[in-house]
Amino acid sequence: MTALAQTWRKVTRRGGEPTAETTDEVTVTVSTVEAPSVEIAPNDPLVAYLQGAGGAVDVEKLELESPGVTALREAGVALVVPLISGGELVGTLNLGSRLSDQQYSTDDRRLLDGLAAQAAPALQVAELVQKQAAEARSRERIEQELKVAQLIQQNFLPRVLPDLPGWEVAAYYQPAREVGGDFYDLFELPDGRVAVVIGDVTDKGVPAAMVMAAARSLLRASGQRVVSPGEVLQRVNDLLCPDIPDKMFVTCLYAVVDPATGHVRYANAGHNLPYVRTADGSTELRAKGMPLGLLPGMSYEEHEAVMSPGDGLLLYSDGVTEAHGPEREMFGTPRLVEHVADPASGDLIDGLLTRLQRFTGADWEQEDDITLVTLRRTLAAGGQNGRVSGLELRFTLPSEAGNEREGMRRVLEAIEPLGLEARRVERLGTAVSEATMNAIEHGNQGRADIPVEIEVVTLGSELVVRICDVGDGPTATDVESPDLEAKLAGLQKPRGWGLFLIENMVDEIRVSDADGRHTVELVLQLKGGDGDGDD
Amino acid sequence: MATTELQARVSNEALGPVIELVGDVDGRAEQALDAAYTEAGDAAGVMLDFHGVAYMNSTGIALIVGLLARARTSGQTLSVRGLTPHYREIFEITRLADFMTIVDEEEGSA
Repeated sequence: MTALAQTWRKVTRRGGEPTAETTDEVTVTVSTVEAPSVEIAPNDPLVAYLQGAGGAVDVEKLELESPGVTALREAGVALVVPLISGGELVGTLNLGSRLSDQQYSTDDRRLLDGLAAQAAPALQVAELVQKQAAEARSRERIEQELKVAQLIQQNFLPRVLPDLPGWEVAAYYQPAREVGGDFYDLFELPDGRVAVVIGDVTDKGVPAAMVMAAARSLLRASGQRVVSPGEVLQRVNDLLCPDIPDKMFVTCLYAVVDPATGHVRYANAGHNLPYVRTADGSTELRAKGMPLGLLPGMSYEEHEAVMSPGDGLLLYSDGVTEAHGPEREMFGTPRLVEHVADPASGDLIDGLLTRLQRFTGADWEQEDDITLVTLRRTLAAGGQNGRVSGLELRFTLPSEAGNEREGMRRVLEAIEPLGLEARRVERLGTAVSEATMNAIEHGNQGRADIPVEIEVVTLGSELVVRICDVGDGPTATDVESPDLEAKLAGLQKPRGWGLFLIENMVDEIRVSDADGRHTVELVLQLKGGDGDGDD
Repeated sequence: MATTELQARVSNEALGPVIELVGDVDGRAEQALDAAYTEAGDAAGVMLDFHGVAYMNSTGIALIVGLLARARTSGQTLSVRGLTPHYREIFEITRLADFMTIVDEEEGSA
């Protein structure tokens, strides 16, 4: 039963009693007495009785077998006035016997009933306000806790990724509203190799964030001392076991990558298996092991893989594979593998996220943290056989007219070390400028907030400049090929030279559309080309 | 790379009116180019001087095509000088070179 109006307000009038200052005046003392608490259970027959009573009720005359009645009598209540609002009993006014020991008069009762009729709705409103205030406080506390969890999480994620020549390293982390326990880490080891870690703590919020912080620190500390991934996991497991709260554990994939050779040694503590995008499709990096923090004394399988130039490694958390679509269907591992295996499906992170977004729909509320870490080997380190090494550049430009010049400038600056013939450099400049202009004006429709992405890489004997937009406009390849005579005769518009120029400025142009992205690749052959005889 | 809006100045040389272009021949050059061409008047031939042009793009080419179309309807000839080898190549690829006289620079080195 909801709160009862339980304050007795006694007005005592003492006449002619001796007081400290002897005076003939009548002293009026008003005292408020806390009434003894009377609990009436919601299923007590008294509740139904009071609801239908239609006015004040004499407790003495009640002929009800009810614990409530007994409690009222024990508390010395003589009269109960039900407070009814909206047909519902929201409380009672409990009155003791009159000081005069007389019965409550009809006037008294009428007054009390009137009071009850006014008080009941007011009481209900007050209760509602109180309840809402309590809810707001509790929401605020939850928000506060969420912020703390986010803060812990963010402080323990790497701020800067290591710069590995010949490799492209990228990470994406998006916490769910109620932060899960995802984490990732990349750090260089004393021998020049790089440790790559991804993990997920069961549970959410502050407890998960605390365990994540501990696990991440232990992994870093052990990783600096021991190189074998299996041994690192074994140590961290043994250290974590005594301290981890009940029913919590950590899944974790720990890999050590040698940037010079592409060798990857890895061990797995119950985490989702990583995949490598290769020229022939995808490879699963399989290794077995128990999650960390469950049982001490575990050992972890260790395996090795080799990544060739062009291969890309994807580590991810189950926030991706267990995301649900509008029909409650799960995104699942097969879709992820399909994405990894298809190079036309776009970038391992951006492309995958676009695909996930399309799967979950616009109204999706992210259920769990999503973490993605990728390492792509862009070229053979060491530059054998006249291969150029170490050249790679990636940047974005807002889709604003004129920015094609900046794109051209940065690409040309990046390829300077290649020592290409000036004429070929100028041609590439024109091609980059034209393709970027197309991306700005057509692909991204001049919306400044949508960036054009430009990437410069050398792959084997090719220099490739990739220019990427969201592909909303008509594709450049649909444009009719320009004919100057027709243009001069007014049969074609004077414009429409862009793609024609690009085609004539580079050795090859490759156009692809995947996952809502339109990519134009401008290719220059680094060897042969124009019979340019530099070393 | 700083972009420079095109300035087009008309001067009269022995061979006739010359439009001296300084800046970028791109989308923003339209007004300057049209105004200069109108100013050059209806001489038998007009020369476009590209010495001061460091950048030209496809939109700029479209503007030159527009000028060429105007010249043809009024029976004028349009010539070009001062092209860098790169832009000369572009004039050839687009076949603008077939409809305009490209003046080689060697004789003007004095």
